[in-house]
Amino acid sequence: MTFRQARGANSAPTQRPLSDTRAPNEGDGVNTSPEISDRVAKTTCYMCACRCGIEVHVKDGKVRYINGNKDHPVNRGVICGKGSAGIMQHYSPARLKKPLLRTGPRGSGEFREIEWEEALGIATQRLSAIRQSDPRKLAFFTGRDQSQSLTGWWASRFGTPNFAAHGGFCSVNMAAGGLYTIGGSFWEFGEPDWDNTRYFMLFGVAEDHDSNPIKIGLGKLKARGAKVVSINPCRTGYNAIADDWVGIRPGTDGLFVFAIIHELLKAGRVDLDYLLRYTNAHLLVTQEPGSADDGLFVRDEAGKPLCWDRVAGTAIDGASADAKPALTGTYEVRGRRCVPVFQLIANRYLDENYSPDAVAGRCGVAADTIRRIAAELAHVAFEQMIELPVAWTDWAGRRHETIKGRPVSMHAMRGISAHSNGFHTCRAIHLLQVLLGTVDVPGGFRFKAPYPKPAPPGPKPAGTTVAPMTPLDGMPLGFVSGPEDLLVDGDGRPTRIDKAYSWDAPLSAHGLMHTVIRNAWAGDPYRIDTLMMYMANMAWNSSMNTVETIAMLTEKDASGDYRIPFIIYADAYYSETVPFADLVLPDTTYLERHDCISLLDRPISHADGPADAIRHPVVEPDRDVRPFQSVLIDLGARLGLPGFVNDDGSARYRDYADYIVNHERTPGIGPLAGWRGKDGKSMGRGEANPDQMQRYIDNGGFWHHELSADQRYYKMANRAYLDFAAEMGFIAKAQPIVFQLYSEPMQRFRLAALGHGPVQPPESERDRIATYMDPLPFWYVPFEEDAVDLDTYPLHALTQRPMHMYHSWGSQNAWLRQITSQNRLFVHRETATDLGLVDDDWVWIESINGRVKGQIRLIDGVNPSTVWTWNAIGKRRGSWGLSDDAAESNRGFLLNHIIGDQTPAGAKDRRYSNSDPVTGQAAWFDLRVRIVKCAPGEDGFTEPQFERFAQPPHFQPSPDISRFGADFRASREPAE
Amino acid sequence: MHPAFSVVFFTTATGAGYGLLALLGMLGALGFVQPDFWLGFTGMALALGLITAGLLSSTGHLGRPERAWRAFSQWRSSWLSREGVLSVATYVPAGLFGIGWVLLGRIDGWITAAGLIAACGAVATVCATGMIYASLKPIAQWHSPYTLPGYLIFSAMSGLLLLNALLQGFGLGSRIGLALAVLATLVGWGWKLATWRHNDRLEIPSTANTATGLAGGTVRSLEWPHTEENYVLKEMGFRIARKHAAKLRRITQGLAFLLPALLLAAAFALPSPLAVILSVLAAIAQLSGLLVERWLFFAEAKHTVTLYYGR
Amino acid sequence: MTCLPAQTDRKLGLVIDLDTCVGCQACVTACKEWNTGGHMAPLTDIDPYGGHVDGVWFNRVHSYEHATAMGGRTVNFPRSCLHCDQPACVTVCPTGASYKRASDGIVLVDESKCIGCKLCSWACPYGAREFDTDVGVMKKCTLCVDRIYNNNLAEEDRVPACVAACPTSARHFGDLGDPASPVSLLVAERDGVDLMPELGYRPTNKYLPPRARTQRSATVPAPALEPVKAEGGFLGWVDRMLSN
Ligand SMILES: Nc1nc2c(c(=O)[nH]1)N[C@H]1C(S)=C(S)[C@@H](COP(=O)(O)OP(=O)(O)OC[C@H]3O[C@@H](n4cnc5c(=O)[nH]c(N)nc54)[C@H](O)[C@@H]3O)O[C@H]1N2
Ligand SMILES: Nc1nc2c(c(=O)[nH]1)N[C@H]1C(S)=C(S)[C@@H](COP(=O)(O)OP(=O)(O)OC[C@H]3O[C@@H](n4cnc5c(=O)[nH]c(N)nc54)[C@H](O)[C@@H]3O)O[C@H]1N2
Ligand code: SF4
Ligand code: SF4
Ligand code: SF4
Ligand code: SF4
Ligand code: SF4
Ligand SMILES: [Mo]
Repeated sequence: MTFRQARGANSAPTQRPLSDTRAPNEGDGVNTSPEISDRVAKTTCYMCACRCGIEVHVKDGKVRYINGNKDHPVNRGVICGKGSAGIMQHYSPARLKKPLLRTGPRGSGEFREIEWEEALGIATQRLSAIRQSDPRKLAFFTGRDQSQSLTGWWASRFGTPNFAAHGGFCSVNMAAGGLYTIGGSFWEFGEPDWDNTRYFMLFGVAEDHDSNPIKIGLGKLKARGAKVVSINPCRTGYNAIADDWVGIRPGTDGLFVFAIIHELLKAGRVDLDYLLRYTNAHLLVTQEPGSADDGLFVRDEAGKPLCWDRVAGTAIDGASADAKPALTGTYEVRGRRCVPVFQLIANRYLDENYSPDAVAGRCGVAADTIRRIAAELAHVAFEQMIELPVAWTDWAGRRHETIKGRPVSMHAMRGISAHSNGFHTCRAIHLLQVLLGTVDVPGGFRFKAPYPKPAPPGPKPAGTTVAPMTPLDGMPLGFVSGPEDLLVDGDGRPTRIDKAYSWDAPLSAHGLMHTVIRNAWAGDPYRIDTLMMYMANMAWNSSMNTVETIAMLTEKDASGDYRIPFIIYADAYYSETVPFADLVLPDTTYLERHDCISLLDRPISHADGPADAIRHPVVEPDRDVRPFQSVLIDLGARLGLPGFVNDDGSARYRDYADYIVNHERTPGIGPLAGWRGKDGKSMGRGEANPDQMQRYIDNGGFWHHELSADQRYYKMANRAYLDFAAEMGFIAKAQPIVFQLYSEPMQRFRLAALGHGPVQPPESERDRIATYMDPLPFWYVPFEEDAVDLDTYPLHALTQRPMHMYHSWGSQNAWLRQITSQNRLFVHRETATDLGLVDDDWVWIESINGRVKGQIRLIDGVNPSTVWTWNAIGKRRGSWGLSDDAAESNRGFLLNHIIGDQTPAGAKDRRYSNSDPVTGQAAWFDLRVRIVKCAPGEDGFTEPQFERFAQPPHFQPSPDISRFGADFRASREPAE
Repeated sequence: MHPAFSVVFFTTATGAGYGLLALLGMLGALGFVQPDFWLGFTGMALALGLITAGLLSSTGHLGRPERAWRAFSQWRSSWLSREGVLSVATYVPAGLFGIGWVLLGRIDGWITAAGLIAACGAVATVCATGMIYASLKPIAQWHSPYTLPGYLIFSAMSGLLLLNALLQGFGLGSRIGLALAVLATLVGWGWKLATWRHNDRLEIPSTANTATGLAGGTVRSLEWPHTEENYVLKEMGFRIARKHAAKLRRITQGLAFLLPALLLAAAFALPSPLAVILSVLAAIAQLSGLLVERWLFFAEAKHTVTLYYGR
Repeated sequence: MTCLPAQTDRKLGLVIDLDTCVGCQACVTACKEWNTGGHMAPLTDIDPYGGHVDGVWFNRVHSYEHATAMGGRTVNFPRSCLHCDQPACVTVCPTGASYKRASDGIVLVDESKCIGCKLCSWACPYGAREFDTDVGVMKKCTLCVDRIYNNNLAEEDRVPACVAACPTSARHFGDLGDPASPVSLLVAERDGVDLMPELGYRPTNKYLPPRARTQRSATVPAPALEPVKAEGGFLGWVDRMLSN
């Protein structure tokens, strides 16, 4: 057998070609070597946000086949269920064809086609008027796109603070929870050390953005026999293959984690050395209740936080490498009584309230299970330590001969984040990781460039001053570190339309897209003129409370004008939101445009090094559509936005491709990090390189830099890495990143609530701020659970992402929808029996917000108090090119109809957005329901039903048969 | 299994046709029934008509009927192919027999031989039809010792009833003919009851456990690979409600066995024109009953693939 | 020819690891897109955007709940042609359209001979054959016969589309007739099983059953945690640790 170099993920000896791949002489006339394509284009998939490398085989101008790119750092040759179905997305009958101007009432779907020039003229006129009067009257919100560094910059140049992407309703709890704690985060900002971990805990994940990397990783764990523990109310997908499934009750992970921490502390199974080196566990916290510095770090004159040196018997600079800090005790320093952070941690979590026995009932997890998992974690972390034979040097210049690691790793996503207590729960998990010493160590959770960053990262949100014809003084989204950074007016009222960075949600690092429609409709805090949206299906599956949202989009005020006066929407398909737009800007598909997956944005880096990527047109559009980013750049030029025009007023960039290559955010740093400089020899920093795009294309559509072996771990304190990160512009200075177990920024908010400092919350908000801005993680009952009558609404209702569908996109895909075109409500077998329900029954699913009808399926593998369904399968009739009898709109249902967008009435003094009080993260999974069997005659179809959308001009009815592929065969084989 | 009408009709019609052909061939060749043009013509036309209609109907089940000729090639392994070959081959002796017995009105040498060969061909063809089903292991209700005899018995039974009606119609009816028809009907009834009894108690060795390789305990289908019905489910996942099946079983028994038996019994006692009418009615009732029986034969048959769907 | 070869030179097939499959459907759509333009093209979809959508697929993934005395688990279960050693789907075929290759054991349909009688699909216990009502012929998994020997593909890509796609590495491919081949060794190591062995089709493809889980036996031999034994409790312990 010849030796073959194995590339890619699936290259085990059991996955390779035959040792002899010559076709045997079978004599059956089978053509075993048909030609596949005329050309292969390597680009980036966009069937979801994972951004895998793909090879698109094009035959006779048609897409024949798409497979994974083996060299790509994200997917290493594999491809998921959606990626392979890209062909059907690209040829979807629901593709928009031309710009549309509304003719009928909003929401009817009646449009006329217009030329691009007219469309851009209308937009320019409208936006120009706004910019000249009050730029805040443009709210620009984007959804699933991956060009936030462009869209955010555009908003900033336009001068409106009212910009955000979907992160606020997606997983900002994870982002903020991580970034304020360890300077990195779950989401796709980090990943477990799949090659070395021996014990992996997965909290609340069905699929996630790191779709293929997680699957590749799980495959590795399975191949190695590492232990996988899943904490999830539902036992499907990833959770099905876990060695241990903990079917927790939703919203109680914080308790579960604290009980583990309780056990570890009690047994002395924490990594003190790690805590001292990489965290603020030793910093002294003022304990002077009532005073303005209570709970803040004790600082020296230079403002440096202090620690207590056990040997010297005095307080010294907490950042000093030679300190011998105390972790316990009470001290008197500079006249302040103080204790180390760690003492506060021990006090809080050793409390019996957090013991396994105390939490077991509420979590629905046996105390013994919690104790066993704590023991297993401790065992693997402390008895199965691993050491890589690689020397490295830390920030203080200390050389370490090996890289030591504790092979316990964790990953968490929306099962944690989509609850109103998610921020603190996320912090709790990070605390657990740090106590075990498993962040960015071999076998632990690892950062991906550009993370870690200082916790929290530097830039503050811009938007304190807004003026006509004036750009913002920074980017709209950023990180606050105290009340002074909030975007509130003198009365404490929000100044952003989504109320981000207000007392409602101080750390709302991603904005609150889910509040925009209601606030714009209510004119709270003010009326806007134009709502511009991009790639977000806000009239359907990405809104809470769809029924009211639709009403708000279409309601008129006393003068007969729409309360939201003008809506511009850029979509590529006829989604449920398109009919609500006044002006529709049709986008291309992902195989028809340039895109940039930038380190300035949501990168695709690997823990072993930074990476970024592009898309480039593989096929030409056959419709009158334009890539939205190019349209935005065009609009920027037409409006004369600074940065988008040259001094002579001419357009600065030809199109997005030109921008990607030539734009510099700060000198030498642009959207792409690879092949910079005139000669293309630099990375990270360097002049624009006119050949850059071609270099990316030649390299398979991506750039990836492998860190040297000594840079790959302990990145928060690794000199070689920190120097590299500073040089690349990931961090401002090559300084160590200290994990903030105790969050001083949060304490600043709490102090404000207690009446200290220049910026204080209004009276009505003080309690809330004081409670939830706790500097140490804690657990509280999710808001809806706290407010509703649990006897009436005894069940939790969740959604999970189907691995083969991407939100609402999948249903227009002839292949994917065959797998799932109707979603069921999964109900625990015993729960169903108690309710007198049997398989296939139709039920009303009722919440305090309304009711929706669906069909049930019995299941054993779910927490008995939980029902769940697949997300975003239900569709509105008339959308997505589906026929009227499509299961999606007749038998499929959307849970969003009954998820409130506000906290329950009467729960607290006023109704807030149904969100986490710290970050504004939408609390999708707080939903409580009851299920009631349908009356006879009510079964068989879903409700509520909505009026069918009219079809846009020149939309052909979708074909009733697809013979896709027949042409390829015909071109190979002459007729029979 | 999906009871496609083309196939239900095919097996029922050819069964009766071959039954009648076998009887005519045998009785004619051996001289039990004397050559008579109108009787012979009607009998042979009925037999071959049923056979031909059945065979044509079966091509309605084909995706590419224009290629049906290809089905004759695999007689070495395939019962369907054998059935095709035998059915076509049987036309030759049947045709010769018809020429000799009906047109020439003779019975000697080659005509006797042709009659006997046609009878054998008919029996063999029915055997092949039965074996198409009996050989299918994934369908336990078919892959059973009851299937092949069942096909033969029903073929003989329906053939006998047709023959009896024919003979009665031509004034050649006999008590023995009637008695044999009644007897065959009762045997058929008994066989069907035994078959159902067997099927109802059938312990199928394949289970969701063996189908999935998951040993022990229970295996329940959680989700199908597709939410709408696909070919496999439409073709092999056909389900019939117990209640519905029980009703159809009663109809089968009434139409195919009870009613014909009563009608024939009455024919014993009644004079010619009435006996003729009753005999014809008995045959018609039985054939319609057999259509229902055959429909149930498919509808009640459970294919192992349903194990994958938890059906 | 529907008589089976007395023996085949190789027994090519798939091995599917039920312990690792997360049910992502990647193998399903990868199979669909390859094959809809491949040897049996097209894999027609009827009513693709309507309420009775029904297309031809060669590979389908089910999910099951398996409950035993030791607890329950969810199992994702891909199902495609097993390229049986004794495939009645072949022997029942009246036309010779269905056949088993003597060289590699792959079971194929020669569409130009198929009359669409559907008998082979009745004869397959596993539901692996799907009828294309538009073309009127039977279609099925080809084991990617047009990939595994394809000179137009880079040598490393000459594996079935589903195996190349599977993100968790739950699918394996090779010669199961050779007891020394990597796949045969894997099957031996993991006690791979046949589906419905009682029917005697002797499938070539094997399934690796899920492994025992900690609910049943602890894979981490962790002793229970004991509170630190020291004066001053936990904090006292911390102090002592730090002064060491
Ligand atoms: N019940 C419930 N609801 C949820 C969630 C949940 O878990 N449960 N999850 C929430 C989360 S985390 C998220 S992120 C949201 C996601 O919800 P959305 O952000 O609304 O995502 P999609 O449904 O994918 O819709 C995005 C829109 O982009 C359009 N689109 C697709 N491709 C292109 C393109 O190439 N160009 C352009 N211009 N447009 C395109 C689609 O047609 C669609 O209209 O859903 C939220 N909603
Ligand atoms: N195929 C596919 N991939 C996607 C998407 C898609 O639509 N389709 N969407 C992308 C987007 S926008 C996002 S945000 C990510 C999200 O990816 P995931 O984080 O995987 O999000 P969900 O599918 O909402 O899954 C949430 C999981 O949390 C569990 N859960 C709910 N409540 C709790 C709880 O209180 N505790 C615990 N422990 N678990 C809980 C649910 O059972 C579910 O398994 O996926 C991305 N990837
Ligand atoms: S995970 Fe997402 S990006 Fe990767 S192949 Fe699948 S759909 Fe494409
Ligand atoms: S799995 Fe079915 S189709 Fe495949 S060889 Fe075996 S019997 Fe034939
Ligand atoms: S459907 Fe085609 S392949 Fe199947 S048995 Fe009939 S002729 Fe043979
Ligand atoms: S081997 Fe090829 S044809 Fe068979 S299931 Fe896999 S991808 Fe489909
Ligand atoms: S691709 Fe792999 S993990 Fe996904 S369903 Fe298929 S076998 Fe299972
Ligand atoms: Mo999301």
